[in-house]
Amino acid sequence: MVLSVENVTKSFAGADGATPVLRGVDLQMQAGETLALTGESGSGKSTLLHLVGGLDVVDSGVIRVNGQDITEMDDTARAALRRSEVGVVFQQFNLIPSLTVAANIAFQARLSGRHDPTQVAALAKALGLTPHLEKYPEAISGGQQQRVAIARTLAARPRLVLADEPTGNLDEATAAEVLDQMLALVTETGAALMVVTHSQAVADRMSRHVHLSQGRLA
Amino acid sequence: MIARVLLILLLLPALAQAQGFAGLGTEADDFAVPRAGYRFDFPQDHGPHPDFRIEWWYLTANLEAEDGTPYGVQWTLFRSALAPETADGWGDPQVWFAHAALTTEDAHYVAERIARGGIGQAGVTVQPFNAWIDDWRMAGPSFDDMRLTARGAEFAYDLNLLAEGPLVFHGDAGYSVKSDQGQASYYYSQPYFRVSGSLTLPGGEVAVTGSAWLDREWSSQPLADTQSGWDWFSLSFDSGDKLMGFLLRETDGTSFSSATWIAPDGTTTAFPNGAFRAQPLDITRVAGRDIPTRWAVQLPERDVDVTVKALNPNAWMGVSIPYWEGPVTVEGSHSGKGYLEMTGYE
Amino acid sequence: MTLTVFTALLSHWRRNWLQFFALIAGLALATALWSGVQAINAEARASYDAAAATLGEGQFDQLVPRAGGTVPQDTYVALRRAGWQVSPILEGRLDADRGRVRVLGIDPLTAPGTMAPVAMNADADLGAFLEGELVFANAETADRLEGQIPQRILIDEGIAPGIAVTDIGAAQRLLEADGQLSRLTLARVQPMGLPPLSAVAPDLTRQPAQDAGANRLTDSFHLNLTAFGLLSFAVGIFIVHGTISLAFEQRRGMVRTLRALGVPLRTLVVLTIAELVVFAVLAGAVGVALGYVMASVLLPNVAATVQGLYGAQVAGTLQLRPEWWVSGMAIALGGTAIAAAGALWKIAHMSILESARPRAWSVASGSGATRLGAVALGLFGLGAGIAIWGQGLLLSFALLACVLIGAALILPLMLRSAVGLAERLSTTVIWQWFWADTRQQVPGLSLALMALLLATAANVGVSTMVSSFRVTFVDFLDQRLAPELFVQIEDEARSAEVETVLRNEAREVLPLLSVETEIAGVPSDLFGVRVGPTYRENWLFLDRSGDVWSQVADEDAVVVSEQLARRAGLWVGDPVRVAPDVTLPIAGIVADYGNPLGQAVMSETLFRSIYPDQIATQFGVRTEDPEALTRILLDDLGLPPAAVIDQARIKAFSLSVFERTFTITGALNVLTLGVAAFAILMSLLTLASLRVPQLAPVWALGMTRRDLGRLELLRSVILALLTTLLAIPLGLLLAWVLLAYVNVEAFGWQLPMYLFPGHYAVLSLFAIVAAAVAALWPAFRLSRTPPSSLLKVFANDR
Repeated sequence: MVLSVENVTKSFAGADGATPVLRGVDLQMQAGETLALTGESGSGKSTLLHLVGGLDVVDSGVIRVNGQDITEMDDTARAALRRSEVGVVFQQFNLIPSLTVAANIAFQARLSGRHDPTQVAALAKALGLTPHLEKYPEAISGGQQQRVAIARTLAARPRLVLADEPTGNLDEATAAEVLDQMLALVTETGAALMVVTHSQAVADRMSRHVHLSQGRLA
Repeated sequence: MIARVLLILLLLPALAQAQGFAGLGTEADDFAVPRAGYRFDFPQDHGPHPDFRIEWWYLTANLEAEDGTPYGVQWTLFRSALAPETADGWGDPQVWFAHAALTTEDAHYVAERIARGGIGQAGVTVQPFNAWIDDWRMAGPSFDDMRLTARGAEFAYDLNLLAEGPLVFHGDAGYSVKSDQGQASYYYSQPYFRVSGSLTLPGGEVAVTGSAWLDREWSSQPLADTQSGWDWFSLSFDSGDKLMGFLLRETDGTSFSSATWIAPDGTTTAFPNGAFRAQPLDITRVAGRDIPTRWAVQLPERDVDVTVKALNPNAWMGVSIPYWEGPVTVEGSHSGKGYLEMTGYE
Repeated sequence: MTLTVFTALLSHWRRNWLQFFALIAGLALATALWSGVQAINAEARASYDAAAATLGEGQFDQLVPRAGGTVPQDTYVALRRAGWQVSPILEGRLDADRGRVRVLGIDPLTAPGTMAPVAMNADADLGAFLEGELVFANAETADRLEGQIPQRILIDEGIAPGIAVTDIGAAQRLLEADGQLSRLTLARVQPMGLPPLSAVAPDLTRQPAQDAGANRLTDSFHLNLTAFGLLSFAVGIFIVHGTISLAFEQRRGMVRTLRALGVPLRTLVVLTIAELVVFAVLAGAVGVALGYVMASVLLPNVAATVQGLYGAQVAGTLQLRPEWWVSGMAIALGGTAIAAAGALWKIAHMSILESARPRAWSVASGSGATRLGAVALGLFGLGAGIAIWGQGLLLSFALLACVLIGAALILPLMLRSAVGLAERLSTTVIWQWFWADTRQQVPGLSLALMALLLATAANVGVSTMVSSFRVTFVDFLDQRLAPELFVQIEDEARSAEVETVLRNEAREVLPLLSVETEIAGVPSDLFGVRVGPTYRENWLFLDRSGDVWSQVADEDAVVVSEQLARRAGLWVGDPVRVAPDVTLPIAGIVADYGNPLGQAVMSETLFRSIYPDQIATQFGVRTEDPEALTRILLDDLGLPPAAVIDQARIKAFSLSVFERTFTITGALNVLTLGVAAFAILMSLLTLASLRVPQLAPVWALGMTRRDLGRLELLRSVILALLTTLLAIPLGLLLAWVLLAYVNVEAFGWQLPMYLFPGHYAVLSLFAIVAAAVAALWPAFRLSRTPPSSLLKVFANDR
């Protein structure tokens, strides 16, 4: 099992006290599985993704990634988890602005010690990024930026890929193209993919679909 | 002659804000004060009187070169006592200072000296007569026959003085009253000096002849608190008569006047307050001050109605306590020449 | 509408109090630095003048006894009665129970100018002074004299330590020197037609005024301090510029919104200017007050008391002068104008549709750094042109300006290059990212770093200049005042006796033989000296050949002063005729600051063979126990107190003046660095919000916030280190331009420059520590950023 979420709760401090966002969520994912996570705005779908990715900590419950309980981890261990066990593609600002496209793609792989130049070249080629490798992120388009983020994630070969509205800022045609490429490459590596989206079109492309409502999975 | 400049008193800040010009209006303290009926004793009285606060030997001369060019010369030695006593060495409370000036129609040269008594740098002895400060001297076998020298950075003079008339006593036989409150001084003059000698100017040496007027005066408190300055005239008319007159200006705008008429034979007539009159006619801007340099002078009792005009309006004495002093020419009912001194113009 | 818009503009500051504080504090600090340096400079000058006035009557020519000893008072009177305008001085030592005091007797009636800054007032009138009832001294000396003398002691802090000023008559009584004087000063203006001095006072010799050199030495020092005052101002302006630019960047959004709502551009610009004027006045007032406080704290001897505020002119008290307020406010307003010009121009030319996102950081800034670098190279070229072909003081300052501004402008390019190199050389991904990210931070931090550069360069420059000045002067003092005691006897017949006693009691006796002569057409003193350890160890040469003193001892060579060498066009190795039949090569050249006469030194034996009639009346004495030896000289030999001069005291006083200068420069170091650190802190805090999008991806990809915070701190330290590395040569260049160029233009001679690597290391360390301290809080804040803030970067719908 790549991912196991058991009875996870999370609330955020707000103006009128703590607002519960997740009220006891359970979820499992197997290798090679693709999952669409949908829900209303503020339903907590991004929060769940952040918790699973080791970017935030649960209030209660247990999350296991590749069998490791990440809810017990300290900051350093969670950082290590982010480096090597999971890959995250956000809606925007994925890239490090001071590094070139090539350096961005290789970044996580080098951090996790899984850098393979041949693979980086292959990914770049597959995603059509070869002509842009020496450019800086601000010099390429939004679709290309998202492709770079995907390439970076896949270059690090994580078992679990998390994507938060990866095509949310893109036009329809580009979004479809990027999604295709991502699905193809993820399937190739055998990783599990969780996509947070509010787009039915995106959700329809996934093997499984869960809906988050009122802090619980429906 | 009225109390002239008392430099040292201005140097004494404790007294600097005292009343009257240069602190001449301060109290006499332990010093002796002039009394009417004093009997002068010469030659002793030509010498210093250390029990009085202030004293001077004040000579002014109207001179002429062979080509008729007019010159004026001033030589003044002041004595100012910090205490009514003398002592040997630096501790002597008698302080001496002197002014020398040489005036031409377009130039006015001034020098100043200050010295302490007690160490031989300055003083006056009477037999033979010798008044000196540094290398400036007025000295000779007697008071009637003297040699006068002084020099500054740009001028020098060396003159012989020979008295051709008697001493003249002002006021009441030498007791000269200076205010309604009774301030007074001992005051006599030798206005009959015939002068010959030489002047050294930046342009060279000039032989001159002429006449000089020497004033001797001592006191301890010659001015009233309310008197701010004075205008003093010593005039020698071509007729042989001479006139000494002064106005003491009060701070309230009024003035106190006094005059002595000196006949050619030396007999004197003293005139009380009000008889002698002087009105400014022209004002000249000198050293940042407004100074009257042409005057209407009258003594109706002697039918004197003259205009007195400065030879050089810029005869400014830029010394420690500055004042105006220079030669004048006289025209009108009488003609002649003389000297004018003006103090207290701010 | 105006009020509404103005309120809207001001609301920015209400919500960004930190920035408001930065703006006001930056401006206030710049103003304070400027006014403080001005004040310190003025007060330092005043204290030098006071010292010069009591210590030396050096501004006037003097008549001193040809054969040592004292001047009879009769000689004084004879000179006066010959018309010479001279004034007597009696100087001697008084042994009080609580220590020794040097009594200086003067005659205020004949003293030329104001020789001693004696403050006369209502309870200290001249009459009492002339009567010998008063003694003036500083508090410490007064304490030593209390109860020891009959005179009333009045405290005057303007009088040099250990000296008591009184009337000449009182001095004669106190020193039991009736009828004796030490020397006479000559008034500058003398009457015409005086008899020659030799005829009136054949036993006295005329010593020319000393002021020329000594005053020029301190003048040059002050000129240099003034230059550094300007530099402090430049540092301040960089800070203000940085603050205003960053604040305006952040308000781009508001400006765009206001304009979109129909507020005319003109109104916005006018209101912005009005706002800046208000700030400048506010900050200027705070700055002037701060400068005043700073100056008064820095000058421990100068209490800025209430008297300063009420206009009472008290000597030695810091004055709150109107020029200060005016110049301080002008600096604040002018500085704001310079600093804000660019920001205002940007607002005036900003298109409504332009992105409101602050662009302080942008990779494109690389081209900006290159452009600045090009301007800098132009300035360096101009500076080189001035250095080669220029002449005159003004151009020298222009040269300084070129060097300074050029260095500041080229800093971003140099930092980018250095960091780029590090990036290429690093192998791990973290370090590659670190260097790439550092390079990206350079534009945003460059103004603060420029301030740090100028501050550090100024400190290095000041340190070099002051220390060089001090080394030169101390060497000079050591050389001339090496013997602990200086004995001057009146009676030539006693020379041998005195020398015998000295030889028995002292470590080394240095008889000083001299004649006034003319060497190579230059009026000079020719000295015969007994070559020994004192000369060998203490005299420093500007230029030399071989073992100078051995050659002199062997009668094979002479030593000449720089003045003689330069005026006669001679240098080391050239033969010079020092006496009618004696021509010897020059073996060494010595500096002789402040002496208009030339100087040549030969061996005692040679001197005696040329001038067999000259008998030594002056002796330098080396001894471990000057006090004991002085007692022997006074009690056993019966020498007058004035005959024995304790050199240590003269030296100690001169040095204490320098120590004060050092306290001041030390404090300036701390202050300028503090201000630069403040600039760095403010830049980092302002950049902090811009940093989150740059750092969030790195965090998300697996770095802890703590690591990021550490790297952030390291980045500031490294940038400060690189800046300092550039600042040291720049500071040395500054000092060199001042000492070798500005000095030559202003005074006609060069002050040697010495290097003090230890000082520079400490200063660099201070600069780096300042940067680290400034970066500490922003880094700490970064390491505590909540994940939710970082995550917000990645999504735009929450």
